Amino acid sequence: MRVAESLEVSAPPEVVWKVISDPTRYLHFLSGFTRWEVVSDEPGGCGARYKMLMRVGSAEIGGLIEVVEWVPNRELAWTSITGIDQRGRWRLRERARDDGTVGTWVELRLTAGVAGSGLFGWLAERIAAPTVRGHLRRSLQQLKRQVEHEELRARAAARRRARAAAS
Amino acid sequence: MEATAAQAARTNGRPPETEAPASLPTRLVRGVASQIQRRIPAADLDERDPDYIRENLPTAWLLSSLWFRGEVRGLGNIPETGPVLLVGNHSGGNMTPDTTVFTLAFCAYFGVERPFYQLAHNLVLSMPGLSFLRKYGTVAASPENAHKALEAGAALLVYPGGDWEVHRPSTDRNRVDFNRRKGFIRLALEHDVPIVPVVSIGGQETALFLSRGDRLARLFGLDRMFRLKVLPISLALPWGLNVGDMLGHIPLPAKITVEALPPIYAREEFGNEPDLDEVYDHVTRLMQDTLDAMAAERRLPLLG
Repeated sequence: MRVAESLEVSAPPEVVWKVISDPTRYLHFLSGFTRWEVVSDEPGGCGARYKMLMRVGSAEIGGLIEVVEWVPNRELAWTSITGIDQRGRWRLRERARDDGTVGTWVELRLTAGVAGSGLFGWLAERIAAPTVRGHLRRSLQQLKRQVEHEELRARAAARRRARAAAS
Repeated sequence: MEATAAQAARTNGRPPETEAPASLPTRLVRGVASQIQRRIPAADLDERDPDYIRENLPTAWLLSSLWFRGEVRGLGNIPETGPVLLVGNHSGGNMTPDTTVFTLAFCAYFGVERPFYQLAHNLVLSMPGLSFLRKYGTVAASPENAHKALEAGAALLVYPGGDWEVHRPSTDRNRVDFNRRKGFIRLALEHDVPIVPVVSIGGQETALFLSRGDRLARLFGLDRMFRLKVLPISLALPWGLNVGDMLGHIPLPAKITVEALPPIYAREEFGNEPDLDEVYDHVTRLMQDTLDAMAAERRLPLLG
């Protein structure tokens, strides 16, 4: 199964990156995921390893994953070490907006399956795909809300500081 | 002369009876018993095949998610590494859907790389067409196999209630009944491993179980020949009236819910030489309380 969902966030890529590059924040915005735990010495960067699980139907699927691409503000990709075969990717791209601000187009991709599982594997992937797509869509929406709220609070704090400095 | 005297002593002075040849049904049953004994595979933990399990996870997922709407809770209670004794209540006749649902959830959660074995009745492993269970890590229920699995650092799933519990009448579906079997506690103490109770509900709704038929089993001597304490009678698909459940049945699509409870470290909780009865009562009490709570959650039979 290959599932991808995307949306635009009203915040620059650096702000979105700050959230998605911090594994300790994943369970605050990922929907359907029951575990995202750092198991390597380094929490980020190429070679960082996480134990992740996502609830799909009657099981929590996932396993041990390793980050294989880490390009700040642009790409974060992982591949599975144990558990089901999977590859995932965060893709961030800057988007200039009409009001002069900068937004970020965020895409979350997940390719998962079990090699050699035959017809039933194909069928299971087709049946599980809508659930996984729903998890990714809700995760992105929660990420957007979290990032934009933080951005709003940061801007409000900056305005308060500016007013205080002016008076 | 001496031989005659000895013969007279053996027969208590009565004239010796000539040994009657066994009746045809008895000979048939004995023949089947010896065939089954021959078919029981030798203990070999190496038959577990992680790749086979991984490749068949999607099939198990389809069965568990679509047919039984399986829900497994509390897997985080199971220690992440090392040997552990998972003690479950058993339901659903010979089809045991709770095992299917739990095995899938365990293998998906911890990964197929973690060694995981299940003890099953000899008859299950000797059934034609069920040899694939050995690749899942199912081994014949014997103390020897249990010791081997725990010594290898594996997670071991046991059902102390066995055939007695799995064929209990539907009226007792929400009752944990290990028939006072305490071997699992001795096993945990001997290897100093935690006991994780695994409580399941819904399995006993996959057919209408009428009676264990324990008297019938005794009458036919099944205990002596097959280690079978029961000859269950149920109403099940596709047979209608199903006696023995030897060929299995098509389980009704009841919702199966399983919950793993926090581990019990018997020596820490009950001292260095724990009283087996006390530990047994504690474990079964915890499981029964959980089962009662899970039963209270269910609104309708089958639907859950």
